Amino acid sequence: MKRVTTPILLLILLVILVALCSTKVLNIYWQSVLMFMGINVILATSLNIVNGNMGEFSCGHAGFMAVGAYVSSVLSVLFFAKDKVFGDALFPPELAIPFFPVILVIGALAAAVVGLLVAIPSFKTRGDYLAIITIAANYIVKSTIENIDAIGGARGFMGMGKVTAAMRGTIGLPWMVIWVFLGTVFSVWLIRRFIFSTLGNGVNAICQDEIAAEIMSVNTDRMKLTAFMVSCGLAGLAGGLFAHVLGYVNPGSFTILKSTEIMVMVYLGGMGSLSGSVLAAILITLLMEGLRFFFPFLTDVLHWTHVLPASYEVSQVWKWVLIPLCLVLLMQFRPEGIMGNRELADIFPGLRKYYKFKG
Amino acid sequence: MLEGFIQNILNALQWGSFYSLIALGYCLVYGVLLLINFAHGDIFMVGAYIAFFVSMSLLGEFGVIPGMPTWLVLTLSVPLVMILTAMVGVTLERVAYRPLRRKGVNRLYVVITALMCGLILENGNLAILGASRKSFPTLFEQTVYNIGGVSFTNLKVAVILVAVLSFVFLRFVVVKTKIGMAMRAISYDKFAVPLMGIPVDSIIVFTFVLGSGFAGLAGLLFAMTYPVLDPYMGALIGWKAFIAAVVGGIGSIRGAFAGGFLLGFVEIMVVAFFPSTLRDLIAFAILLVILTLKPTGLFGVARRTKI
Repeated sequence: MKRVTTPILLLILLVILVALCSTKVLNIYWQSVLMFMGINVILATSLNIVNGNMGEFSCGHAGFMAVGAYVSSVLSVLFFAKDKVFGDALFPPELAIPFFPVILVIGALAAAVVGLLVAIPSFKTRGDYLAIITIAANYIVKSTIENIDAIGGARGFMGMGKVTAAMRGTIGLPWMVIWVFLGTVFSVWLIRRFIFSTLGNGVNAICQDEIAAEIMSVNTDRMKLTAFMVSCGLAGLAGGLFAHVLGYVNPGSFTILKSTEIMVMVYLGGMGSLSGSVLAAILITLLMEGLRFFFPFLTDVLHWTHVLPASYEVSQVWKWVLIPLCLVLLMQFRPEGIMGNRELADIFPGLRKYYKFKG
Repeated sequence: MLEGFIQNILNALQWGSFYSLIALGYCLVYGVLLLINFAHGDIFMVGAYIAFFVSMSLLGEFGVIPGMPTWLVLTLSVPLVMILTAMVGVTLERVAYRPLRRKGVNRLYVVITALMCGLILENGNLAILGASRKSFPTLFEQTVYNIGGVSFTNLKVAVILVAVLSFVFLRFVVVKTKIGMAMRAISYDKFAVPLMGIPVDSIIVFTFVLGSGFAGLAGLLFAMTYPVLDPYMGALIGWKAFIAAVVGGIGSIRGAFAGGFLLGFVEIMVVAFFPSTLRDLIAFAILLVILTLKPTGLFGVARRTKI
C-alpha cells in the first residue's frame, strides 16, 4: 500500500487538474501561473543539486535553461510546424503528442552536454573561480544564441504555439499543463533518487570536505561531472517547457537576472533541502503574481490617503526591490532558509506513512 | 594600418581604465574579507548618479552658488562624489555585511546578501527615479588632438591617467602603509589579527571607503565619457570587471589592474576585427580559456589547503 499511495495521489491530482483546465474552471491565467510554478520547481530543485548539495556557487543556471529552450523549440518547430526558415513540417501533426517528450529529452541532453563547459573546469577550481566560470558560461550561451541568425538572433524565436495547437487539435486536452506536471514530477523523482543514491552521498561529501572525500575513495571528478550534468539537463528540460508554454523565446529572458531569481528560490528554501526548494519555488511564484495585483491596490490606497502625490504610481519595479529585501532579511535572521537542510518528512514524520522509498 | 592599430590601443586603454577602476574595488574587498562584493558594480552606478546630482546642483543659474565656472564644479564634484559613494559602500557594509560577519555565518550567505543589495540598489533607483535616462551635463570642454592620424581627446588621456594614478595610489596604500599591512594581515589570519591590537572593523570600513570611493570616481569618469545614465549600467560592467579581477588573480592589486586592461583590450580588438555582436562571446571564451589553463588567474597565488 505504501508503495502506491504517492503515485495514486499524483495521478488523482493530474486528473483533477486536467478536468479543471478543460472545463475552464481554471482560466488561462491560472493555468499559466500553475505551469510557471511547475517550471520554477524544476529549476529550483535542479539548481539545488549544485548550490545546495554540492555547496558550489553556480550563478549561470539560466544559460542551460536557454540551451534546452532553444534546442527543443527548434526541433519541435522543425518537425511539427510550418515555418519560414525550416519549411513545411516533417511529420504529420498527429505525431506531435508522442514525440513531444522525446524532443524535451533531446533539449535536456543538449543542455547537459553544454553543462560540461562548467563541469570540466570544476575539477580543478572551486568557490569563487567556479562562480565566475558559471557567469561566463551564461554570457557565452546568451551571446551565441544572439549571434545565430537562423534561430532569430536577438529578436527571438517563435512558432511553438503552432505545435501546442497541433497537440490540442489531435486530442482536445490541455497538453502543456499535462507535460509540465509530468516534467515536474519526473524531475523531483529523479533528483530524489539521485540525492539518496551512492552518487548523491558522494556529492554531499564534496560539500562537507572535498579533500577528505577524496581520501575516503570518493571519485570527486565523477561526482561533480554527474551532478553538473543532471542539474544542467533538468534546467534544459525546464527551458523546453518554458519555451512551449510561452510560445516564444528570446535570449533576453535568460540573463543573470533569471539565474538570480532561481538562486533566490534555492536559498529561500534552504540549501540542500529538496522539499524546501519545491516550497520556495511555489511561494515565490505566488508572491510574484500576488505583488502584480498588490501594487495597483497599494497605489490606490496611498492616493486615497494622500500619502503619495497623484502623479506618482507604485510601479511593478518595486517587486524587484521587495524580493531581494526579503532575502537580505532572511539572511540576517534565518540564514539557513525555510527548511534548513531538512526535508518535509523530517519535520512531519507522519508523512513517512504515505510513501515508501528505498534509501 | 598602424594608425588604426594605435587608435584601437588608445580606445582599449580608455575602456580598460573603467574596468580596472572597478576591478580594483572588487579586489580590495576580496583581499581583506574574501567576500565577492557583488554590489560593487551597482555602487559604480550609484556613483555615476551621485555625480549627476552633484554636478546638476552645483552647475548653472540655479546652482548653490549661481554661475559657478565648470572647472570649479569639476574640482568640487570629484571629492564630493568620492565621499558620497564611499558613504553608500560603508552603509552597505554596516547594515548588511557586518551583522552577518558578527554571527560568523557561512561566507556564501554574505555573497548572496551582496548580490541582493546590488539588485535593491539598481531596481530601487529604477523605481524611484523612473526609467527615463539621464543625460550628464558637460563639465569638461573636450578638445580633439590629432597626431599622425591618431585622434584622441583630453578626456581620454585624463581617464587613462586617473586609472594609472589610482592604481599607484592603492598599491602604495596596500603595500607601504601600516593600514595596508593591517589589511593584508586580516586576509592572512582573521583570528590572530585582533589579538595584535588591530581594530578589524575600522580596517574593513577603510577598505570599503577606498573601494567604493574609487568606484564613485569611475562612475564620474564614465558619466563624463558616455553621458547617458541608466540604472542597469552598473550590472553588466560590474560583472565584467569582476571577471577581469578574477582573471588577473583576485586579491592582488596588480592582477586587478592588469585584468581590467586585458579585458578592455580583448573587447576592443574583437570589435575591431569581428562583428561587434561577437564581443561578449569571444571575450568571455578567452577568459574562460585563461582560467582553465591557469585557475588562480594571472597574478594570483594558489592558497595552500591544509588537510
